Amino acid sequence: MTTNFTRRGVLKTGAIAGAGVALPTIFTSRANAYTNEPTGDTVTLGFNVPQTGPYADEGADELRAYELAVEHLNGTGADNGMLETFSSKSLTGQGILGKRVEYVTGDTQTKSDAARASARSMIEKDGAIMITGGSSSGVAVAVQALCQEAGVIFMAGLTHANDTTGKDKRANGFRHFFNSYMSGAALAPVLANAYGTDRNAYYLTADYNWGYTTEEAISSATEAMGWTTVNKVKTPLGAGDFSSYITPVLQSDADTLVLVHYGGDMVNSLTNAVQFGLREAQKNGKDFQIVVPLFSRLMARGAGENIKGIFGSTNWHWSLPDAGSQAFVRSFGTKYGFPPSQAAHTCYVQALLYADAVERAGSFEPCAVVAALEGFEFDGLGNGPTLYRAADHQCFKDVLVVKGKENPQSEFDLLEIVEITPVEQVTYPPDHPQFAGGELGACNNGA
Amino acid sequence: MASMADMGGGAAIGRRLINVGIGLAVFVGVWMLLRLIGVSSSGIVLQVLNGLEKGSAYALIALGLTLIFGTLGVVNFAHGALFMLGAFVAVTFNGLVGLSYEEVDPTRTDFLGNPAVIQTPYVEAWFGEAAGQWMIDWSVPLSILIAVPFMALVGLVMERGLIKYFYKRPHADQILVTFGLAIVLQEIVKAIYGANPIPTPAPDAFQGSFDFGVWLGFDANTILYPYWRLVYFLFAAVIIAGVFAFLRYTTFGMVVRAGMADRETVGLLGINIDRRFTIMFAIAAVVAGLAGVMYAPILSPNYHMGMDFLVLSFVVVVVGGMGSLAGAVAAGLILGILQSFASMTEVLELVPGINQIIIYLVAIIILLTRPRGLMGRKGVMEE
Repeated sequence: MTTNFTRRGVLKTGAIAGAGVALPTIFTSRANAYTNEPTGDTVTLGFNVPQTGPYADEGADELRAYELAVEHLNGTGADNGMLETFSSKSLTGQGILGKRVEYVTGDTQTKSDAARASARSMIEKDGAIMITGGSSSGVAVAVQALCQEAGVIFMAGLTHANDTTGKDKRANGFRHFFNSYMSGAALAPVLANAYGTDRNAYYLTADYNWGYTTEEAISSATEAMGWTTVNKVKTPLGAGDFSSYITPVLQSDADTLVLVHYGGDMVNSLTNAVQFGLREAQKNGKDFQIVVPLFSRLMARGAGENIKGIFGSTNWHWSLPDAGSQAFVRSFGTKYGFPPSQAAHTCYVQALLYADAVERAGSFEPCAVVAALEGFEFDGLGNGPTLYRAADHQCFKDVLVVKGKENPQSEFDLLEIVEITPVEQVTYPPDHPQFAGGELGACNNGA
Repeated sequence: MASMADMGGGAAIGRRLINVGIGLAVFVGVWMLLRLIGVSSSGIVLQVLNGLEKGSAYALIALGLTLIFGTLGVVNFAHGALFMLGAFVAVTFNGLVGLSYEEVDPTRTDFLGNPAVIQTPYVEAWFGEAAGQWMIDWSVPLSILIAVPFMALVGLVMERGLIKYFYKRPHADQILVTFGLAIVLQEIVKAIYGANPIPTPAPDAFQGSFDFGVWLGFDANTILYPYWRLVYFLFAAVIIAGVFAFLRYTTFGMVVRAGMADRETVGLLGINIDRRFTIMFAIAAVVAGLAGVMYAPILSPNYHMGMDFLVLSFVVVVVGGMGSLAGAVAAGLILGILQSFASMTEVLELVPGINQIIIYLVAIIILLTRPRGLMGRKGVMEE
């Protein structure tokens, strides 16, 4: 008996059919006007935060902030948080465009591939219209690129590297958090004021994109003030014990150590530096000093006593007296029993900013949201008057220079605000060399 | 006790002398090389100290690994987790002595503007302020008292409850089950204590640094070394000496050594070798735990610190020679020192990135030239 079916033929057809089925639906589906257009009475947001791994504590705080934001957006919370103080009055506590806000969560694990996988799953399986969160620049850059391809909006969480809104910027991505350049511009004058203009600085830098851009930002800003850079040493991420990197510092002619580390690495390197007597040391006739460019309260808690008197910068702090910050701290503190971290603040604000942009645009369509956010000026969200710059999707606002508090009044009272650096001082042109390369490109609606 | 099989004998002593000679020659060669590329002598001494301190932690973990492997024939990937558990015993004890009762102080306010809650540690209320403060200050060394029974218990439960069932299984199964156990322990600790490192300070008496340079004839302030790290090195030396003395000079130790050499014959003599091996597992757990307790002030404990040490400790065991206790200790110190050398700026300028691969590079070289490791014996893992 003959048949038209050959083994080879069946395999060929099967392979082609399989490949077709396996193609991600977000790249092929044409049913909607844009990716994951909400059709029912709810809309789904995707919160992609580190739930495991070294930044899991930051991630947990981000998630708390998002849950609070969802309550406020839906009008189901104990109060309305920053909705009361936000200068834009589009949000009414009736959801977004009348649709109740629901959310799904993903675990970035602070790994780029895991973060992309969880974001992809939230977009493809759960129908998330927007992805937000994260606590690492490596992750932010990776997820931002994915969201651009998929045609959804990415509202970055805690990411401080210049690259996020520099060479890796994307039209669908937005960053509220400040960046390395801003830290340098805000810190340098304060450092020159406190420690003089004749200093020899030694850098220990985390070996990834955030470390590089922050090292460059701080060194060029301090060199402009008259400091000399003695050495820049890259340290592996998660080195644990930094003693073999710390000991050569005292052997060099440096009198200042800049620790470009974050999270657990910063806690360990700072603890090591203090153990090796750097804070009591004298060099070049001056007291030895340590600087930590990016501070967070969660880190300060880990570093304990060692953080006292050390300068750094931060995006936001719960002790700020403005009405927006106060309202947020009250909502968060009442719900969870402790004040929010800067990671929680930026995530909460990003969720509100997205929802507000949708309301103002009158649509969830990504390109309409992009247009609503570009050049948007607002106030009442804790950092004073703020601009979402159209050229690179970076927020421009005042930057806080902080210092480890000498006499804390409570377990949360770890940082004191030394200076609120005005936004003019930290603003740079979009084509600044530290942000050169890369294009925003066109926004993508997907679908 | 270089290796368990070849105790004594003129040839063995001769061979050992040659090994020490080679080791010294390599060390002097590395020293000269470092001087040649512009590293100061005090810089080298500092890195040797760093290496000894880090190496002693590797050595303590590797010693326990080797003990377990030598006695029970199990490759225990959960050993790093035991080190981590030890550190968290210190964290827990530190937290317990700091437990406080709360009183509302209407004259002060908290972050939400409500009346502040003032906390006073119970130990201060019970034992008086001075004694209470002393207990809080000395909590890390004091937690050794709790760590010994606790880690012994953990070791016993682990061996009797799980690992016992894997003696007759292939090494791959043992690695999988112990690795899984390590992840479980890690996640439990993370669930309780969170992911961020928890500061656990050494007693005030050991804060600050010791001017080691003056001792060695250098200028003042050239070689400062933290007191607690010196304490750690001495502590490790005492523990290692203690384990060796226990195996060498007690009847129990003699039987264990005999059992490591020939388990069947010892069994035929009517000795319950399994029970002794179980006790050795507990001892190995205690050694790892104590290494962790005393390490807490050096590196604020976090849940994955065990994994960080485990991988390196395994390299240490392999380089030292599977089953050789002295090899584990020697390799721990040598690799610790080499790793410190490799992270010096002068070396990094010459060979970028060498700090990340040096240990594995040395492991490859040693295994190529001496396939059984520095002091490995014939027949181990070669069946």
